[in-house]
Amino acid sequence: MGSRRTTAGDIERYAGLFARRTHGLTSSAMRDLMAVTNRPEVISLAGGLPDTSTFPPELFSSLMSKVGATSSAQALQYGPTEGLPEAMDCIVAVMAAEEMHVEPDELLVTTGGQQVIDLVTRTLVDPGDVVIAEAPTYPGAVPVFASYQADVVQIDLDDDGMRVDLLRETLDRLRADGRTPKFIYTVPSFQNPAGVTLGLERRRELVRIARERQLIVLEDNPYGLLRYEGEPQPTLYALDGGEYVAYLGTFSKILSPGLRLGWCAAPRPVLQRLNAAKAAADLCTAPFSQHFVVAYFREHDWRAYVRTLSDVYRRRRDTMLDALAEHLPAEASWTHPHGGLFVWATLPDYIDTTDLLARALRENVAFVPGRSAYLDGRGGSSMRLNFSGVGEDDIREGVARIGKIVREQVALYSTLTGQAPVEPSARRDAGSEAAEHDASRRSATVHELRARRASER
Amino acid sequence: MSRVAVLKGGRSLERQVSLRSGGRVEDALERLGHAVIAIDVGRDLVERLLDERPDVAFVALHGRDGEDGTVQELLELVGIPYTGSSPGACVRCWDKIVAKHLMHDAGIPTPDFYSFSATAFEELGATKALPAIEERLDFPIVVKPACQGSAFGVKFARTPSDVPGALVAALSYDDKVVLERHVAGRDLAVSVLDAPDAPQALPVVEAIPQESATYDFEARYEIGATRFVCPAELDEAVTRRAHELSLAVWELLGCAGFARVDLMLDSATAELTVLEVNAIPGLTETSLLPQAADAAGITFEDLIARVLELAAGRRLTAPRT
Repeated sequence: MGSRRTTAGDIERYAGLFARRTHGLTSSAMRDLMAVTNRPEVISLAGGLPDTSTFPPELFSSLMSKVGATSSAQALQYGPTEGLPEAMDCIVAVMAAEEMHVEPDELLVTTGGQQVIDLVTRTLVDPGDVVIAEAPTYPGAVPVFASYQADVVQIDLDDDGMRVDLLRETLDRLRADGRTPKFIYTVPSFQNPAGVTLGLERRRELVRIARERQLIVLEDNPYGLLRYEGEPQPTLYALDGGEYVAYLGTFSKILSPGLRLGWCAAPRPVLQRLNAAKAAADLCTAPFSQHFVVAYFREHDWRAYVRTLSDVYRRRRDTMLDALAEHLPAEASWTHPHGGLFVWATLPDYIDTTDLLARALRENVAFVPGRSAYLDGRGGSSMRLNFSGVGEDDIREGVARIGKIVREQVALYSTLTGQAPVEPSARRDAGSEAAEHDASRRSATVHELRARRASER
Repeated sequence: MSRVAVLKGGRSLERQVSLRSGGRVEDALERLGHAVIAIDVGRDLVERLLDERPDVAFVALHGRDGEDGTVQELLELVGIPYTGSSPGACVRCWDKIVAKHLMHDAGIPTPDFYSFSATAFEELGATKALPAIEERLDFPIVVKPACQGSAFGVKFARTPSDVPGALVAALSYDDKVVLERHVAGRDLAVSVLDAPDAPQALPVVEAIPQESATYDFEARYEIGATRFVCPAELDEAVTRRAHELSLAVWELLGCAGFARVDLMLDSATAELTVLEVNAIPGLTETSLLPQAADAAGITFEDLIARVLELAAGRRLTAPRT
């Protein structure tokens, strides 16, 4: 009995069975925290949700009936891996709305845009291969890259999107090490999570780099049509003509994420390989969802619905920006998105937003901690705030609660570091306060306390 | 056969772990032939308990409300016997400051520490005392919330400049913090299981971080970065001492049913110190109590049956009037 040796019961037995590529997918404190954000009393600015309540229920119901009446057998059947031709016509129309011209045989209908990230990574990346992404990048792409054991190199962005100059430097450095990235992943318009948009000159430069170096760019563009100010920018796909840019589109943000309907437009040789990978993954995307979209596009003005969404989200964005200006302390900064769903706020570096989320949950408000948008541990002081999924009152209240706890933490830190501003009521003048901030303060205080302690014995 | 309410979930940060613990307890209870009433603890808890009137409540909650004596107090009030420790013992275990003071006063070794509330810094000028604390505890210093499970908010301050940020982080979880001397060494856990005659200390589990030495502290808290060995490879005398200390702490804090005592074996001095006691240890497939029970030849069902039986046979605490 004493010599009997168990190396951890059940879990160890299964742990040995898990593939190495799943090791990066273990539970983390952040995931446990995020699980609490789903509770009904929590105002969640954490989701990436469109407001599906804006879609008329009667219309939904009549479309369902129509699909049932006209396409029942096909909607219930398997479909082609690449997607239904009628659904591709809808996709061609959506892409044309952003000045992109694509042939149906350059398209692959997918199960949400997320599947495109998965298929592209699965198809191009061997363990250890380099993938370039923005810093911060879409948090949902992080586990995909991790599960294919990609070596992700993140390029900083600023208010004008990805720093293409840094991209060039990074590519040079990698080339000196004999490494070529398999692809560059970017969300150029209203970036998730940062909300910023890649400027026109940088777009041209990025396409130029891709062509010069023969690299694939995966352009993830879920929000391009949800613009609330400024002029539309050409997509990378349009600038490139579809030679080096693979394009990810989705119906999730312009219609419904519940449909799980996205697509990829890519150079034909790449598309063929993606098609084979998709067949292995799920054979085809639900024909029912595709028929639903086809029915909707045939008889309704989908662009009018996008305009409705844009009006709703513009007001919510404005509400959030106003609330941030009102409630966040001077030490904080945040982005001003011209479209999309997100604001990215950055707090002083001594505030860790994963810990702050725990505090926020006590006040029944949630956001996404910035660290989830990095693969290298950065982002600890930033947070992603969503404004599309909650009403204006909740945005105001949620931001007010976050602002309150951030101000508390800023004040606490000031107290702890002795840098608190002198209160107007304080008797001492600023000079004596400043003198106490001197480095000698620490050791002086130690001696004082030690002496007292010694005298007690 | 009894009607057993399994209390799980709730709104603590450890909700997910609790749902897994609770789910596993439910399965075991069903296999044991009991009728299970699963309750995800929320606003309607008391109402549901009064409606359902279970014979016993199995408390599989972790963290705030479940482990801090709140739910136990409610169970006392509605007169339903429950598993695990009484409200008083839960409070003593849950609040690390209380537990560490009790241990210190009783001569049970626990790493040196200082504790503060947020108001001590804001209103009593505790900041001025930080340098003295830093001097006495030596870096690195562990900064943790006084009341929080699963290592949430536990920070490792390597230099004085890390301390304010670590305090801000720890105070995100609770209004009080503990600054504790870091013990470099082996990370041990002794689970204690109650029995009608005397509590039984189960084989020692050692958590061995799999990352490089520089990550030794952080790795403890990343699932997957840690390997567990049970029984831990220890000298017999160390095992005996770990058991003695654990039973002494169990007695001191007044635990019942089951508990897990976390200890450190100092690699420099070979001394054992007690870090904390968990009144409701995890019962998931990765948790240490089930592993330790397994090593002692106690199946998960036996474990659950035993804890349940003790609860059913126990009198509730006398009214405090």
